[in-house]
Amino acid sequence: MSTLKYTEDHEWVLTADDGTALIGITDFAQEQLGELVFIELPAVGDEVEKEDAVAVIESVKSASDLLMPVSGEIIEVNEELDSDPGIVNEDAMGAGWFIKVKLSDETELEEMMDEAKYMEGLEDSE
Amino acid sequence: MSDTNEQILQTALHNLHVELEAKMVPFAGYSMPVQYPMGLAREHLHTRTQAGLFDVSHMGQVKLTGEKVAEALETLVPVDIVDLQPMKQRYALFTNEQGGIMDDLMVTNAGDHLFVVVNAACKDQDINHMREHIGNDCEIEVLEDYALLALQGPLAGAVMSRLCTGTDDLVFMTAANIEIDGMECFITRSGYSGEDGFEISVHNDNAAQLARTLLAQPEVEAIGLGARDSLRLECGLCLYGHDLDTETTPVESSLLWALTKSRRADGERAGGYPGADIIMGQMANGVEKKRIGIKAEGRMPVRDGAVLVDGDENEIGVVTSGGFGPTVNGPVAMGYVKTQYAIPGIELFAIVRSKKVPVSVVKLPFVKQNYYRG
Repeated sequence: MSTLKYTEDHEWVLTADDGTALIGITDFAQEQLGELVFIELPAVGDEVEKEDAVAVIESVKSASDLLMPVSGEIIEVNEELDSDPGIVNEDAMGAGWFIKVKLSDETELEEMMDEAKYMEGLEDSE
Repeated sequence: MSDTNEQILQTALHNLHVELEAKMVPFAGYSMPVQYPMGLAREHLHTRTQAGLFDVSHMGQVKLTGEKVAEALETLVPVDIVDLQPMKQRYALFTNEQGGIMDDLMVTNAGDHLFVVVNAACKDQDINHMREHIGNDCEIEVLEDYALLALQGPLAGAVMSRLCTGTDDLVFMTAANIEIDGMECFITRSGYSGEDGFEISVHNDNAAQLARTLLAQPEVEAIGLGARDSLRLECGLCLYGHDLDTETTPVESSLLWALTKSRRADGERAGGYPGADIIMGQMANGVEKKRIGIKAEGRMPVRDGAVLVDGDENEIGVVTSGGFGPTVNGPVAMGYVKTQYAIPGIELFAIVRSKKVPVSVVKLPFVKQNYYRG
C-alpha cells in the first residue's frame, strides 16, 4: 500500500511496497515558484541523506534547492523535466515527480505530515 | 525580508495592487508589486506584445528651477543639459570624484524647469547630493505628491491616442503635458522595457483613477517589478546597484554614448563634473574592464554574482545581472570582463554551484529595442 507524506518545505514522498519512493514538490510549491525554466537533477546511483540539496529548481526570477525529505539511494530521475520543466507546474503531484529513491531509513517517514496536516498547515499560513 | 523596525512606505496605487492580488514585496523601502496572478513570464511577454502598466512611484521625481539650473546640473553629470531642448529628455549619470557612478537618472527639460527621475534606492542620496552641491544655484523640489506610472509595449501608443490628444507625434525621449479624463499628466515617451512607451507623472490624488482607466483598456495589463527586470535585462539596460555602482565608470560600463559631445575633452564645456579627469583619461587611454552580454548554452540561468573564468580557470570577470528571458526563451545575463575578453564570440565559463557552465560574450541587447522614432 502506498502512502503520501509531506514536509514543511512543500515536498511530497509517495512510498511503494518495495521500499522505494517517489519525491516531488507540492502544487503549492510550484505555484509559489511560478513558471519553471530549468531543473537540475542528481545522478542515478547517488547516496543521499535527508536534508541534502539534491536538485536545483530555477524559475524566471530565482533558483531554489530541493532538499531530500528522506535518505537513500537515487535509483531513477525524471528525465522529462530536462526538456520540459513546465511539467512540474502542470502536474506537480503526478507527472512532475523529480526522483525515485530506495529508502535507507523508513522511520524518517514517521516524522513527516500526512495530507490533512499539510493542508491544515497551508491554511494556517494564509 | 524587511526589518520590522523599518517603516515600509506605500505608493498611491497600493490598494489597487492588493485588489489585483499582486504579490507585494519590500523594495527600496516601499511595498511594491513583484508580480500579479498572471505571473512573471506572461507579464513579460504581454508587455512585448501589447501594453503593460507598471507602478514606478517609488522612484524619486524632482523639480529643479532657476535661471542657471542647467549649468548647475551640468556640474554633477557628464551630459549636456544646457543644450537639452524644451520637452526633450536625456539619460544622465551622477558621478563621484573617482569617476564612479552614483546613480543613473533621466532629465527632462520641462520648459520652465528640469524634471529629474532617480532610482528609488538612491533617492535620498541623490537629493542630498544635489542639495549639497547645487542647492544654492537652483531650487530643488521633491515631488512627494506625485505618482509615476509606466505604460510600455507596442500598443502603448494606440492606448494613449485613444485616451488623450498630443501623443501621436511624440517621439522617443520627448515630453508633453496632456490630460486624460480631466487629469493632468506630464509624460515622456520613454521607459525601461526596450519597447515604445510612456512614463506618466500624475498627482497622487488621481493616480488610482488613472491606473484604472488605463487598465480598462483591452490592451493593458498590470505588470510587476519582476517582469520589469527581465524586460530591461533582455534589452541590455543597466540596473543601478548591479550593473552600475560607484566602482564602475561610464567608460567601463559601455555608456560612452550617454556622454554627450559638448562635455567630452574636445567639447565646448569639457569636464566640470566629479571624476571628469579620470573619465576623460579612460576615454583617451582605455579601461581594464568592460560591460558585455553573456549568453549561456542550454537553459540554465547564470545569475548575478557568478564568477567568469577563462579556459585555464583564471578569474576574468563577473556576472552583474542574470536570469531567464521569456522573449529570448533562454538565459540572459550581463557582466564585466577584462577588456581583452570583451569581444563578441569569446568563449568563457561561468561558475554556477561550483560547476563550469560554458558561456560566450555577446553584444547587447538580446532583444532589439523598439522605440518610436516617428
